[in-house]
Amino acid sequence: MIKNEEKPQVQVEWSAASGMLHHLAASARAIPPSGIRRFFDLVSASKDKDIITLGVGEPDFVTPWRVRDAAVYALEKGKTQYTSNAGMPELREAIAGYLHSGFNLNYDPANEVLVTVGGSEGIDLALRALIEPGDEILIPEPCYVSYSPITTLGGGVHVGIETFAEDQFKLTPDNLRAAITPKSKVLILCYPSNPTGAIMTYEDLLPIAKIVEEHDLIVISDEIYAELTFTGQKHVSFASLPGMKDRTILVSGFSKAFAMTGWRMGYACGHPDLISAMLRIHQYTIMCAPIMGQVAALESLTKGGLEEKDRMMESYNQRRRLVVKGFRDMGLECHEPQGAFYAFPSVRSTGLTSEQFAERLVLEAKVAAVPGNVFGKGGEGFLRCCYATSVAQLNEALERIYAFLRKLES
Amino acid sequence: MNQLKLSILDLLKEDARLSAATIATMLGAAEADVTSAIAEMEQDHVIVKYATVVNWSKVSDETVTALIEVECTPERGRGFESIAERIYLYPEVKSVFLMSGAYDLCVEIEGKNLKEVASFVSNKLSTIESVISTKTFFILKKYKQDGIVFEEFEDDHRMPVSP
Repeated sequence: MIKNEEKPQVQVEWSAASGMLHHLAASARAIPPSGIRRFFDLVSASKDKDIITLGVGEPDFVTPWRVRDAAVYALEKGKTQYTSNAGMPELREAIAGYLHSGFNLNYDPANEVLVTVGGSEGIDLALRALIEPGDEILIPEPCYVSYSPITTLGGGVHVGIETFAEDQFKLTPDNLRAAITPKSKVLILCYPSNPTGAIMTYEDLLPIAKIVEEHDLIVISDEIYAELTFTGQKHVSFASLPGMKDRTILVSGFSKAFAMTGWRMGYACGHPDLISAMLRIHQYTIMCAPIMGQVAALESLTKGGLEEKDRMMESYNQRRRLVVKGFRDMGLECHEPQGAFYAFPSVRSTGLTSEQFAERLVLEAKVAAVPGNVFGKGGEGFLRCCYATSVAQLNEALERIYAFLRKLES
Repeated sequence: MNQLKLSILDLLKEDARLSAATIATMLGAAEADVTSAIAEMEQDHVIVKYATVVNWSKVSDETVTALIEVECTPERGRGFESIAERIYLYPEVKSVFLMSGAYDLCVEIEGKNLKEVASFVSNKLSTIESVISTKTFFILKKYKQDGIVFEEFEDDHRMPVSP
């Protein structure tokens, strides 16, 4: 129990005069405010409708009509009940089939696939099922903002491993080894990566797998951007590496590849022992993922749904090329993002910090992008730019950034 | 028709103002290849025209569009070709299609008002020798044409900044 004088001071975002703080658990009070939130507030507060935002983290496509229509039809037919805790059996089978034909993975839908409320719930369940107080969770950074707070909430210790532009932001075996201690329990991989757009090939992942095995680690592999891989080759799932299937919890979902962010549809796959523990937490906290989301997800995995997905992927690839060339042409170093839908150019040459650059960019050039430092170690000096927006908007944004850079120079 | 040309057409169909340089970047192709592919397609009349799609109902509500089902006698040796040509040469005629089924030609015409359209049908269309009969239907509202939805709001509903 924490005594009064030991309670940590935390910045409260919402109510300044709540008076109820002392009732909160220390772990809840210790959750840091989101760095992204500040920029969200900055952009929202500006009444300027002229701001082009490259700060989003979701597709610019609306869920394809055939998928929406399937959900609407299901609602009309009265499908509004709970489903099986693990998810509709036909959806689990479809997910297993999709993972097999797309990524050479073999999961038994009966006990190795769990339908979750977004990939986010998958990450939460996995960490809650694995972490004991004091366990060290290895997290390559810069990375998605959720991993660290969920780790801390569970009593784990977040160990950030910096990745570098020189290595295309891949996790290197040396950097991984240097971070391992006897308390290391879990490695969280997120490739393709938010925010860097980095991917890891089979050859990149093999030495990582070797280290994972040596140190008996469990890997949570967040592969939500798997379909957004633009190397000309398919994404390689960590779980498909030799010997890795049993010690990997694969987390993925429908948000990015199938434009279903708001539906909150994801899945986790892994060894029955791990999945059944996650299922037990899930059944008490959530019961099941929403039925209309599951019906929609099922439709998205049909032949027609997959064709729609392919069209969206091709469109992202075209805009990726446009944006990366645009940044390089204007003199900003930008490593080639081969996955996800983010470019991560460096703004170091301007002498400004990421936050200074991003703030001035919004206020003076009316372009919103997320400063890299909010994503952890290695993010300072970079800017996360989402290119999931129209070609016209991208070109306009690039022109404004170029003009802003010229203004900074003078 | 190679894949590059098909991809170029997909992009130009959505935005005819894209430059060859932008198209080349987006497709990961050389600009010279894109420029010559476009030139070839223009020469081969694969690309017929670069036009602008206008929602005329927002400009004025003075245009009236009708679809006319035309039954006609085909010409020996030439089928429906010359009848179709006689009809489509009129600038008021926006589309002419040869149809299977209960009638032969589907003709779309546009006029300033109902009277003008009716007058065109009775004076110019019905009087063509091989035309047996016409049935005129007036378009009340255009929802979608050539893959473009007119009434949809294109607003971006996403939160401006999200993780």
